[in-house]
Amino acid sequence: MTQPILAIQNLSAGVEGRQILKGINLVIRPGEVHAVMGPNGSGKSTLASILAGRDGYNITGGEVIYCGKDLLELDPEERAREGLFLAFQYPVEIPGVNSTYFLKAAYNEIRRHRGQPELDAMEFLTFVKERMKILNVPEDFLKRPVNHGFSGGEKKRNEIFQMAVLEPKLAILDETDSGLDIDALKIVALGVNKLKRPDNAQLVITHYQRLLNFIVPDFVHVLYDGRIVRSGGKELALELEEKGYELIVHRAAVPA
Amino acid sequence: MSTSTETIEKLVKQEYKYGFTTEIETESAPPGLNEDVIRLISRKKKEPEWLLEWRLKAYRHWTTLQAPQWPKVHYPEIDYQDITYFVAPKNMSDGPKSLDEVDPKLLETYEKLGIPLHERNRLLGVAVDAVFDSVSVGTTFKKQLGEKGVIFCSFSEAVQEHPALVRKYLGSVVPPTDNFYAALNSAVFTDGSFVYVPKGVRCPMELSTYFRINAENTGQFERTLIIADEGSHVSYLEGCTAPMRDENQLHAAVVELITLDNAEIKYSTVQNWYPGDENGKGGIYNFVTKRGACRGVNSKISWTQVETGSAITWKYPGVILQGDNSIGEFYSVALTNNYQQADTGTKMIHFGKNTRSTIVSKGISAGHGQNSYRGLVKVLKGAANARNFSQCDSLLIGDQCGAHTFPYIEVKNTSARVEHEASTSKIGEDQIFYCKQRAISAQDAVNMIVNGYCKEVFKQLPMEFAVEAQKLLAVSLEGSVG
Repeated sequence: MTQPILAIQNLSAGVEGRQILKGINLVIRPGEVHAVMGPNGSGKSTLASILAGRDGYNITGGEVIYCGKDLLELDPEERAREGLFLAFQYPVEIPGVNSTYFLKAAYNEIRRHRGQPELDAMEFLTFVKERMKILNVPEDFLKRPVNHGFSGGEKKRNEIFQMAVLEPKLAILDETDSGLDIDALKIVALGVNKLKRPDNAQLVITHYQRLLNFIVPDFVHVLYDGRIVRSGGKELALELEEKGYELIVHRAAVPA
Repeated sequence: MSTSTETIEKLVKQEYKYGFTTEIETESAPPGLNEDVIRLISRKKKEPEWLLEWRLKAYRHWTTLQAPQWPKVHYPEIDYQDITYFVAPKNMSDGPKSLDEVDPKLLETYEKLGIPLHERNRLLGVAVDAVFDSVSVGTTFKKQLGEKGVIFCSFSEAVQEHPALVRKYLGSVVPPTDNFYAALNSAVFTDGSFVYVPKGVRCPMELSTYFRINAENTGQFERTLIIADEGSHVSYLEGCTAPMRDENQLHAAVVELITLDNAEIKYSTVQNWYPGDENGKGGIYNFVTKRGACRGVNSKISWTQVETGSAITWKYPGVILQGDNSIGEFYSVALTNNYQQADTGTKMIHFGKNTRSTIVSKGISAGHGQNSYRGLVKVLKGAANARNFSQCDSLLIGDQCGAHTFPYIEVKNTSARVEHEASTSKIGEDQIFYCKQRAISAQDAVNMIVNGYCKEVFKQLPMEFAVEAQKLLAVSLEGSVG
């Protein structure tokens, strides 16, 4: 069997003494799309934040192996250079910093990390325009400051666009569907599908089933109160939609 | 560029790379200030009687003044009797000579600073005058400028060679009685630069002065006077550095600019005096009076400053808009890191009709830095249709620093239009994390954000210096995220 891209083992973590994740187990292999679903407060975004390396969480147990490396030992920028990408639930505005400049800096950091030569401004522009075409991203995205003055939908599209440029091994989409109307949702999902490859993987975190009408996951996991209480195929998402979290969680809680 | 666990608040040590001293034999006046010291300075410089009288008058006025208390800066009282007012490299005290006679150690110093004085070494088409402690050590490109009739020389030389021009314009924009530091400077100034651009001449190259304080316990009091005659144009840049010393050193310069009809002066400063160490020990007190007068119609004076150095900066480069349709501009980036303090801004005084002024001020505070913008826009009765636009932005890095804005607006003509915009923003942890998640280190992220923030000002600088300013800002911010 191929080496997993991500292997989470019994991960427990919290904030200020409050336990949020209570023993997560999850293995993601190349070519797979996983969806993590769960109600508000179940620990979905905490999981995404910890994987990306955001400060402020206490890891109290377990380990995370990313492409054979101890992920929790790496700084956030090292994780990014190793090909881990987080599409933010709330993309951050950076006024005054031109998007092209920002993306070029990010892209070249990753290339440098891989021992590849950096692209100059012209080479990068050629490359980035080709990526824009794939996703149908308007050209003015490149000219505007990073996320500054973008609408909610534009910000989410910009995340997917950055993902297309940086070509991650593992993309974590943290509630990318929240706050999007159905058209924007389709655009985002289409982008994600186009970027899927046999050698990369995606972890889609969502509250609603509707995103999964457009992104078809190989596996669905239900996160509840800091634990994955059920895992299954894509049909689990439909079941969730039908019966709601309470019923599924309740059934899961009953010992077999 | 790998970085370990970072929080914005963690400050690490940064190096000031210009902090070396040069061992060189000097000649100096005894410390302290009295009429004898002023006579000595004047005699050393072989000045005419009128200039000595001018100095003495300024000194006598200064003794009646008190240092201004209103700036939002804190420092122990300065003992003016402790300062040495005249220091010169020994073989230079008779005034500037040709570059071949300059002590090679001095030239080496300027080489280290990246200022080649030897014309054969020149890389940029920039004419340079270099002031070392109190004396000008040489002006490059004199010949080429001379062919166009442009005078660019040390102030001392101008007093000897062009006394009529000096006498006509000296103190005409900043009178010796203007303020405490201007009075002090008028009494004891030792050198500086002098520029005269004749009618209709577009100065063929950038002019630049490089100031260096070397000796201990010295003050540097330079005097710069730039006159752009009718229809002429000149762009001028000054740079400054000093060795790292534990004591504070005083720098009190006066700069006067004059534009006649249809003339333009663009004055750019990259100020990198030693800022003191990370605990606030040492550093230069930069108490400077800079002012331009648009005397002629359709004339223009533009100030651009990038202030990253000095323990304390106190300066308000202003423009007196006398000529109708004249234009004043002020573009500023002021950075305070560690324990640096800056109280800086501008004064735009509208006298003439249809006069216009633009103010763009970008303050950056990091560490325990305190940064104040203080500006005055004054529209007088006769200034019909005067217009001003001011934009004052503050950027905070971390939560131990401060930013303050003191805009003063006085309008006496109803047809005037004055606009003021201000903003305060902070480089947040979330922005840094976002950049890090995109593979960019925290320090690079801060530099990127700060450079983006300063873009408007940097684009006013001559190209080569804009690049230098960006680098300088990056160095000055080193350690603002740990």
